[in-house]
Amino acid sequence: MQTEFSKEQDLLRDVVARALRDKSPATAVRESMATDRGYDPAVWQELCGDAGLAGVHVPEVHGGAGGGAVELGIVAEEMGRRLFCGPWFASAVMAGTALVEAASDSDRDELLPGVAGGSTIATLVLDDLNAPAGVGGSITSTEDGKLSGTATMVLDAHVADLLLVVASGAGGLELHAVEGGASGLAVESLQVVDPTRKLSRVVFTDVPGRRVGEVTGDTLNRIWDRICSALAHEMIGGAQHLFETTVNYTKERFQFGRPIGSFQALKHRCADLLLEIEIARALTHHSARCLDAGAGEPHAASMAKAAAADAYMSAARAGIQLRGGIGFTWENDAHLWFKRAKGSEVLFGTPAIHRERMMTMLEGAA
Amino acid sequence: MTPDRIRSEVSAWLDANWRVDRPLIEWREILLDGGWAAPHWPEEWYGRGFTLDQTAVVAEVFRERDVVPAAQVGPRGLASETILACGSDDQKRRFLRPILTGEHTWCQLFSEPGSGSDLAGLSTRAEMKDGKWIINGQKVWNTSAHHADFGLLVARTDWDVPKHQGISYFLLDMRQAGVEARPLRQMNGHQSFNEVFMTNAVVAPEDLIGGEGNGWHVAKTTLSFERRGFSRRVRGSSLDGPKQGPIYGEYEEELRIATEPYTWYPQREGRVDLVLPRARETGAINDPATRQEIAKLICLHTGARLASDSAEASRKAGTTEIIPAGSIGKLAASVIARQASHVHTMISGADAMLSGPDSAADGIIAEVLVSVPAISIAGGTDEIQRNIISERVLGMPKGYRADQGPFRDIKRNA
Repeated sequence: MQTEFSKEQDLLRDVVARALRDKSPATAVRESMATDRGYDPAVWQELCGDAGLAGVHVPEVHGGAGGGAVELGIVAEEMGRRLFCGPWFASAVMAGTALVEAASDSDRDELLPGVAGGSTIATLVLDDLNAPAGVGGSITSTEDGKLSGTATMVLDAHVADLLLVVASGAGGLELHAVEGGASGLAVESLQVVDPTRKLSRVVFTDVPGRRVGEVTGDTLNRIWDRICSALAHEMIGGAQHLFETTVNYTKERFQFGRPIGSFQALKHRCADLLLEIEIARALTHHSARCLDAGAGEPHAASMAKAAAADAYMSAARAGIQLRGGIGFTWENDAHLWFKRAKGSEVLFGTPAIHRERMMTMLEGAA
Repeated sequence: MTPDRIRSEVSAWLDANWRVDRPLIEWREILLDGGWAAPHWPEEWYGRGFTLDQTAVVAEVFRERDVVPAAQVGPRGLASETILACGSDDQKRRFLRPILTGEHTWCQLFSEPGSGSDLAGLSTRAEMKDGKWIINGQKVWNTSAHHADFGLLVARTDWDVPKHQGISYFLLDMRQAGVEARPLRQMNGHQSFNEVFMTNAVVAPEDLIGGEGNGWHVAKTTLSFERRGFSRRVRGSSLDGPKQGPIYGEYEEELRIATEPYTWYPQREGRVDLVLPRARETGAINDPATRQEIAKLICLHTGARLASDSAEASRKAGTTEIIPAGSIGKLAASVIARQASHVHTMISGADAMLSGPDSAADGIIAEVLVSVPAISIAGGTDEIQRNIISERVLGMPKGYRADQGPFRDIKRNA
């Protein structure tokens, strides 16, 4: 399998990296995270409406750029590097992937162009964010398409025009489309550890939904893998950024008459961290290539999610520890990445859950 | 020259010259004179100035026809490449040919009990007396020294200059009264190395290589070949399967002696390949805690391989700056080996107390457990690799050094 990016993919990365450097500096992250909405609609319009970043992985017939998991990963990595605040992950990655993988042709025709073009903000409602096996335990749908139940945590539901809901129907899991503001829908913003990613509790009481497709176990796992691969990319971008700024800090901070980066205790920790990030990055990029090729290890996405989460947390812990006292202040930016790392570590399965998922794929259940 | 042309030329030459009933050294004399012993070497020294790809074509033909190649396994390859790169014409004339024919074996005399990671802090003494170099000191970790004819020796010739500048590099005749090699037994029971004691050993002035005081430069040349792992040499017959002809017996014996020190190296790397089979066989595959650790190992092992493939690919494409990928890879190998050893311990449980034929996998697992500690030391400790990575990849500042100025004044081991 390929281990390199194409020229076009490198170009995509350059363009996205430049846009995010301009549009998502730490000052903008702090402004957005302090608002209830959580993002700047003008920036959303530029990045997703004009530049098409919500549709990189959506087929061209549905208004996207026709890329795959690799292109989606490139955007996710650059977004993660800058802690981009906005419903891109919920709308493009989660809802977009669910529509591509599970919706009927006519529903895709109707719903995907808005999501791909950024004019519709969508989210995917799952009543379990730990493992695919738990999904469908709470939200049920009736014969005539009425949804009831609770999703305890939904990304960016507070700003969603469209909610795609995985619910238990008579014959198994189904994907339903629900309009934001539908009757019987209650969206309640939650207090979160990571203020750059907004979460809501969503309660359905006989909410009118439209069944847009069925979700078999295979389909749910495929959606889960694609989301996890994109999330791993986001984490690798964040880990890399935090790592670079931390190493730079050790070169500039003087104690005992010398830069603290000249002490082996710090140098060796940074060398170990580089190795951990390099390995996680390789697994992450590999997971996207496996998804696009429909080949390689079936557990590639779980390897990526587990390794990237551990590497991001290592980078986050070092990012604070190596800065010393200032690293623990609100004023310093390190905590912003630390909190994103912590949130991403547990979203869509902790590393331990993914390691068990890998082993089950390799060897069967314990 | 095109690959097809090389293929037809080397094939025609082998048709005329390759015979399995020649004595080994006689065959290699013919191989050298024919110019096929080291095609990547320059024409004036037994080669053809071939590129990497061209040399690979020759190697392919040798393999296909089960041809015995020039001698190259073990430290003799380091010797020939070092002499070719840094030696005088006289030294090349005297030493290269018997290395390639296999007549002479070599060893490396670099590390000392008092200078391991800090190789340039070596204190073996070389003094010029009555027109000869007199050597006194001790070396350690010398693979094959107990049967070597010659040694690649670094020794200090000037104690009044900074440490890197006072070192000279010698080609030492091991078959003399002043040189004694004693086997060194390792914690895993193997004797893969030696200690070498030099007491008034003698080196002729013409066996100084690279000039007096220039030994550090020559040593770095040797080390760069060691790290590169001789990717360019021509490998011949694999010796797999039955081979008809007396030359194979001699060749096999030569390889057996040369590779004997390395038989435990796979165990040193942790034997990741045995983890899943052992876990299934013992039922440990059903233990949730063991499954977690196996999964971590698989992530490390797969990720390190992918990262190395991708570094290799970008080097080929010339798209990124050269990074000391060797140090990252070496550190990764240590981490993987330690995790594998940890997992093997979990799988074996109390059985990990046993070794030998009655123990798991015919003693292989026991050997893993007591061999893995070597991988994070040999060829540069993990700590040295972390220094290299942090300074050369991450650009972190060097630490303050206490070994500047004349070597004589530097504190060192008694």
